[in-house]
Amino acid sequence: MFEVLIFATLNGLVTGLLLFMLASGLTLIFSMMGVLNFAHASFYMLGAYFAYSISLYTGFWPALILAPVLVGVLGALIERYGLRRVHKSGHVAELVFTFGLAFLIEEAVQFFWGRATRDYRSPDILDFPLFTLFGQNFPAYKAFMIFISIAIFIGLYFVLTRTRIGIIIQAAITHPHTVGNLGHNVPMIFMAVFGVGSGLAGLAGVIAGPVLTTFPGMAAVLGSIVFVIVVIGGLGSLAGALVASLLIGLLQSYAIASDIGMPDLLNWLGVSFERDHPLNDIWRLTLPQVAPILPFLLLVLVLIFRPSGLFGKRES
Amino acid sequence: MFKYAVWILFAIVILILPQLFSSLLAVSILNQMAIAIVFALSYNMLLGQGGMLSFGHAVYFGLGGFMAVHALLGIEEGDYSFSVTLIPLVGGLFGLLAALFIGSFSTRKAGTVFAMISLGVGELIAASSLILVSFFGGEAGVSGDRTYGPTFFGYDFAQDLQVYYLAAAWMFIATLAMYLFTQTPAGRMANAVRDNPERAEFIGYSARRVRLISFVMAGFFAGIAGGLFAVNYEILTEQNLNAVTSGNVLLMAYIGGLGFFIGPMVGAVVLTLVNSVLSHYTSLWMLYLGIMFVLTVMFLPNGLTGFLMMHRTPWHLGKIRLLIKPYILTAIPSAVFALSLVAMVEMAHSNEEEFVFLGATLNSHGLLSWGLLVAIALLAYVALRRTLPGLREAWVHANTIDAGDQR
Repeated sequence: MFEVLIFATLNGLVTGLLLFMLASGLTLIFSMMGVLNFAHASFYMLGAYFAYSISLYTGFWPALILAPVLVGVLGALIERYGLRRVHKSGHVAELVFTFGLAFLIEEAVQFFWGRATRDYRSPDILDFPLFTLFGQNFPAYKAFMIFISIAIFIGLYFVLTRTRIGIIIQAAITHPHTVGNLGHNVPMIFMAVFGVGSGLAGLAGVIAGPVLTTFPGMAAVLGSIVFVIVVIGGLGSLAGALVASLLIGLLQSYAIASDIGMPDLLNWLGVSFERDHPLNDIWRLTLPQVAPILPFLLLVLVLIFRPSGLFGKRES
Repeated sequence: MFKYAVWILFAIVILILPQLFSSLLAVSILNQMAIAIVFALSYNMLLGQGGMLSFGHAVYFGLGGFMAVHALLGIEEGDYSFSVTLIPLVGGLFGLLAALFIGSFSTRKAGTVFAMISLGVGELIAASSLILVSFFGGEAGVSGDRTYGPTFFGYDFAQDLQVYYLAAAWMFIATLAMYLFTQTPAGRMANAVRDNPERAEFIGYSARRVRLISFVMAGFFAGIAGGLFAVNYEILTEQNLNAVTSGNVLLMAYIGGLGFFIGPMVGAVVLTLVNSVLSHYTSLWMLYLGIMFVLTVMFLPNGLTGFLMMHRTPWHLGKIRLLIKPYILTAIPSAVFALSLVAMVEMAHSNEEEFVFLGATLNSHGLLSWGLLVAIALLAYVALRRTLPGLREAWVHANTIDAGDQR
């Protein structure tokens, strides 16, 4: 029991921190432009695929740097020549644009890399068990993922709160016109933040690709969950994004690792139903079975009872 | 008078269509169109008229459809007996119930909160549909048979053509009903709440209730579309209520044009046609569809209908003919440019060395073929750059009233 708990916690931490790398960029972009970027997880997928192709020639380590930079540049270009143009037509048009972009990127990935899963692997140097606990190995690569995510979080926090650039960005979020009047190029700042946010998503893809498999549906798998996190944490709140990421990561990990379900609950309550009861499917549900829908359940509940999210200040 | 004429013309067109296109494939495409039109129009009740961006509209389509299949199964097993013509109504009523339940908490706010709830509910229902096997049938879905019910004036709906008349009749009724809804006070208030909820509240309307009414009506008509789907295909699976279907209906409505009642109908017809024709010729049709969608959002924010409606002013000024020549002049190089790009994409995708595109045989490994295509594309691009200013000038000219234009 104890060992299951420890490994579930560690795995939840890995997932949660990975989700945070996506959510942090998304929430930054949202605070600036007021638009939820549907294509954000697509940049994550592009990161994995770029890294795969680069690593075929150079190995993993150069890809770790190059792929996120490429994704970031692509993101900045899309902001400059796509999103900025659509901005004139209003919020719905922007949302629909990113939605179409997500669709397009998935198709483009299938065009360039095919529908099948790509054999993108973690580097050999990290291919050893870091420690063994209760006879189970904890791979070093997962520790590396945790390390990178925490480093990114600290770096982001430092840049945003302790540097001149960070302060200009924060000011541009709340008072874009004033910042513009002070002589800063606000559209340029927006483009840069969009690029960095996309790059962060790309980096998440680079390090997640080998673990979560690199296939054309990987954006769709994570995309809606990242949305859930940003909304639960409170739109535009970086701290909220961190808490919500860890919450969702751990929640899913515990749910999958557990072996309880409705039969246990019914036993405990002393109730039993016939096998041909119309709601039989519900009476036989187990927690691992419902793990994938837990984030969405949480999302709907949060939106009903606290639409501004855990740490959010504004509602929309 | 004109109003009635439009509807009578519409009825005549849908009656004549299967006579003009009577092949099996054509009739199945027509059936798809009828279903898509009802679905897209119901979606526009939310987004276009109510200002509620939904990412989970397929839920009501799918739930209505599943209920309709279960109704078909009930007829088959002899639990009750009624005509198959009423099956879409079963779907609609179940869609209405589902929308009433979900709308009771999701319509409190419009904007991002509504969009997110619709996304969450959509994912929730789609994921649960794989778990709750007895109603949704798991991965395989639920299938029924539409021919068991009592015949309807000799129709037993064994053939697709008979289903077409059923779908067309329902489509006509639903379209008319949705149009009439936009004319009712509830429909008008939906527009008001979309544009300024605060002001609507000040004159005494509850924005939330107005939204809920639109939402429930949209759920009802989406359910009817789902019921029609159930009758036409006799099977429903998880795919019919997941995010892909929700995205598809957004695509149809947006490409057609949200600001016009007829917009989603145009989008539904165009996209159904494009889907079935393109998927016949190329395996990359989804890629082209995505490019088309993104380009539409970027350059035609009011959709295809909006683009056509832009020509009202030149039309009234009697200057529409000024645009014909520049349009042709820009259309030719843009078509050549697009086609040469398509040829390159297809060539890159093709595994075979010999590659036939529009009757021309190309060598997908040969430098000559590639060089030729790149040259054509470049030439077309240069030509396009030269003709575009002319079009722009003609457009401005066609939209301004000159001194000599008094009419």
